[in-house]
Amino acid sequence: MKLNSNLTAPLGGNNPVIVQILGICSALAVTVKLEPAVVMGLSVIFVTAFSNLVMSLLRNGIPSRIRIIVQLVVIATLVILVDQVLRAFAYDVSKQLSVYVGLIITNCIVMGRVEAYALGHKPWESFLDGVGNGLGYAMILVIVAFFRELFGSGTLFGIDIIARFGYVGNSLMLFPPMALIIVGCIIWVHRSFNKDLQEK
Amino acid sequence: METLNLFIRSIFIDNMVFAFFFGMCSYIAVSKSVKTAIGLGAAVTFVMVMTVPLNYLLNQYVLSPDALGEGIDLSFLSFIIFIAVIAAFVQLVEMVVEKFSPTLYNQLGIFLPLIAVNCAIMGGSLFMQQKVGESIMNVGDSVVYGLGSGLGWWLAIVMMAAIREKITYSHVPAALKGPGIAFIITGLMGIAFMIFTGIQL
Repeated sequence: MKLNSNLTAPLGGNNPVIVQILGICSALAVTVKLEPAVVMGLSVIFVTAFSNLVMSLLRNGIPSRIRIIVQLVVIATLVILVDQVLRAFAYDVSKQLSVYVGLIITNCIVMGRVEAYALGHKPWESFLDGVGNGLGYAMILVIVAFFRELFGSGTLFGIDIIARFGYVGNSLMLFPPMALIIVGCIIWVHRSFNKDLQEK
Repeated sequence: METLNLFIRSIFIDNMVFAFFFGMCSYIAVSKSVKTAIGLGAAVTFVMVMTVPLNYLLNQYVLSPDALGEGIDLSFLSFIIFIAVIAAFVQLVEMVVEKFSPTLYNQLGIFLPLIAVNCAIMGGSLFMQQKVGESIMNVGDSVVYGLGSGLGWWLAIVMMAAIREKITYSHVPAALKGPGIAFIITGLMGIAFMIFTGIQL
């Protein structure tokens, strides 16, 4: 039961992006199109899951003074792995993501979950927590990218959806500020349904 | 002229927050009062001015292809080297400040270690790596780029903090209070900053 909530809580009431306000940095720039957003989401799921697992396995052996640097080494290694795999098998997407793959290292979700969860829990639970938070992050990315690609260029995954009916892409949606405004609106809707999260 | 252009570009046009969303976590979390925003902005700018040139030198003389010797290409290590430099530098700054100025240390408090995971700093180094050979030609340019990006971030967080101090008197819908309205304000500020796009010196 508890393991299930590790996986599902980040999708709703405890979403890392819109509730914990973590990992916005690298999140928004990759949401112009759906494809890079999905790839970015998968990469982050992989990194959060395995960094949580590894740090949870190591948690009793690390003095707390040097834990930050150990975390950075573990996370950076995983990110290098992701980056090399993307370059080898999905070069176009890797070009679109540019520096944002490298920025998964400083993505606060990864670091935040390791600090807040993995250092105090067993490996399997931590792994699920990582997968859940990665999924929560990916979900927000996909929602934002859906609206930006649909209204910005009239396509989804590059397939023509509404442009064929004479829809002219609203290029404002492709500019960075609109991603912020969409996230603001998602938070608005989410908190209207979850009244306990509202600030007094 | 090229250098001045790079400086102006990195502050206004390629602003870390409005154009690339870098450093958003601390930007949203720490922009509740102007005073702390100024402190954090200064610390970030300082760390960027130091780490971007350091990483530039490492990139040129260790990491780039054939830098260490014929056929040795270490560029896949750049993420781990950059983050190690940044983390080590932040640790160093923390120890120096603690030793020589305990008052400043207490004022900055938790912000100092937080800088290590501020994406603006890592982002600055990664963008510097992309710009090598295009607009960044030597160490001087990398200092200018670090300074400009840091100042741009500082400007953004101080403006945001000022707006959020004022907004406490407004009637924001309950569900939008806090982070929601902060995102929307940032978006609107970003639209305002778009007027700088295309300015060439």
